[in-house]
Amino acid sequence: MTATATTPRTGRPGQEPLLSVRDLRVTFRRQGEEPFTAVDGVSFDVRPGQTVGLVGESGCGKSVTSLAIMGLLPARGNTVEGTATYDGTDLLGLPPDQMRDRRGRDIAMIFQDPLSSLNPVIPIGLQVTEVLERHRGMRRRAARPLARDLLDRVGIPDPDRRLTDYPHQLSGGMRQRALIAMALACEPRLLIADEPTTALDVTIQAQILRLLKELVEETGTALVMITHDLGVVAGLCDEVNVLYGGRIVERGERHELFAAPRHPYTSGLLASIPRLDGARGAPLTPIPGSVADNLPWESACAFAPRCSQPVQRCTAETPRLEESAGRALRCFNPVEVTR
Amino acid sequence: MSLPTPANRRKERVDALAATAATGPGGALLEAGSVDEKPGVSLIASAWRRLRRDPVFLLGAAITLVFVVLALVSPLIAPHDPGANLLIDKVRPQTNPVPGPEPGFPLGADDVGRDLLSRLLVGSQQTLVVGVFATLFGLTGGLTLGILAGAFGGWVDSLVMRVVDVLLSIPSLLLAFSIAAIASRPSQLTVIIAVAAVQVPVFARLLRGSMLAQRHSDHVLAARALGVTRRAVVFRHMVPNSLAPVIVQSTLVLAVSIIDAAALSFLGLGNPNDRQPEWGQMLGRAQTYIYDSPHLAVYPALCIIVVALGFTLMGESLREALDPKSRR
Repeated sequence: MTATATTPRTGRPGQEPLLSVRDLRVTFRRQGEEPFTAVDGVSFDVRPGQTVGLVGESGCGKSVTSLAIMGLLPARGNTVEGTATYDGTDLLGLPPDQMRDRRGRDIAMIFQDPLSSLNPVIPIGLQVTEVLERHRGMRRRAARPLARDLLDRVGIPDPDRRLTDYPHQLSGGMRQRALIAMALACEPRLLIADEPTTALDVTIQAQILRLLKELVEETGTALVMITHDLGVVAGLCDEVNVLYGGRIVERGERHELFAAPRHPYTSGLLASIPRLDGARGAPLTPIPGSVADNLPWESACAFAPRCSQPVQRCTAETPRLEESAGRALRCFNPVEVTR
Repeated sequence: MSLPTPANRRKERVDALAATAATGPGGALLEAGSVDEKPGVSLIASAWRRLRRDPVFLLGAAITLVFVVLALVSPLIAPHDPGANLLIDKVRPQTNPVPGPEPGFPLGADDVGRDLLSRLLVGSQQTLVVGVFATLFGLTGGLTLGILAGAFGGWVDSLVMRVVDVLLSIPSLLLAFSIAAIASRPSQLTVIIAVAAVQVPVFARLLRGSMLAQRHSDHVLAARALGVTRRAVVFRHMVPNSLAPVIVQSTLVLAVSIIDAAALSFLGLGNPNDRQPEWGQMLGRAQTYIYDSPHLAVYPALCIIVVALGFTLMGESLREALDPKSRR
């Protein structure tokens, strides 16, 4: 495979990565169907206090990456290869019961839809204390004040009353805050947020992002931010990985990547965002085609059919992820940098 | 109504129920009593608002309420001892086998001179006991199997569901008869067990269906992502959210249990102690005198029909009210 274990070098230098994903490959197998490789040799590092973004459109493998790291993929029908080293331990090689002990304690996850991610028949408070009971061996009564403080800390007003409220009685933003409180209950060192703002309206999105940013800064938690929203990335991430068809096509520090995208896909994503300073009525520039048009990575660049500037090699050879000066790029004909 | 339904029709019904369960409300039922702050927000609140104005539900609930109260107080209000042959002197096997009404005995007596009204009243007790316990036992067995299948999946699921399929393929009354007939000494308990056994596969399939839907739900994934143990995932997150269709089904099963139990007694597979009156058994005895004294059959039959109707009306309107597809 061409996506060999290259060493990403961005982030805060001098610090050991907390999570180091190397050559992660997830293949789904269904009877009577061709195996489908959803994640194809993804490698990235997350350092303490760092926020790393995984960006891409639907089906690019970003959620599968996070579920694979968490050990939450279904037990059957898929194979996970590669390593995900957390603090010296390969999470992918851990037996299920040990991984279960780590989930929620060392690594926690925030999901997309806050209403459906909360248990509708249990009060919020009980859902928070459940985590504390599970990982800290606390009694429910002892955990209750802690749960109250957690709700307070994530900005839920009147936390005492909210403890006994059911999810349907909370607003969307409050539900997401409650989920964040549950994720933070055991002070995990790594937080994975899978599209945490997608189901929320724009003003609430901003509040939740600000909250996440504050929490990361306060606690030094490492954050993996999975999103299709480049606005979220721009506001939050230190380093950005752009995924396409299960592989990383470009990686870079946030400002560099936004100022000078080199991969035509990244550049196309940025061009398709409406800009406040753009001319009124000017049409957006979409990326033509859809993910269904992909070529197989084994013999080509998967993005070639949708690319704005393909060359002959793109459909004949697999591009490698080339590293230079903190950036990584998988492209034969990158976008010219105009500064 | 008490005839054995063709097995395939029965299976289809259960499948349809399981399907609505899978897509259905998925819970919110248990928050009923504890939270009622924002009417219209929760499923239960809006369901209750619909039910309160639903004449079908009110009728069913009224019948059920009257029946339960009567069953509870019947020993106190029954005018006579239902087992005592008080009018035995009036029974003339050749000319007047069934004594008619007379002062103190408004419905007359049966063929051995026992007060019919007292027997009907006290009979409600047996019916209630059998109905409730058969439903409870069926529920317990069905929930156990359903939880096993839904929680473990894989080969456990396949095994349990094949057993359930086999049980469902046997017409329900035939199954109950077989089980009751196996018992060497029929008693109230064997009736309960026989009637409950018929309901076990129904509940198992229903719960398993909605548990499977829960299994892939976001909140179960979120709970697993927090490292919640398997047991807690099953009992705190999956089961409570899967119970709504099962609870609705229970009210319908109550009606079926009452009819099935009556059918068993009618055929002589019930409690042999006829000092404890039972409607099905009274109906059986009345056969001999059906031409001359049809009232002996009509009264217990009416009781069975009305009570079963009450539970059915209540259950059906409950199901409709909780079905998100019929919500406006």
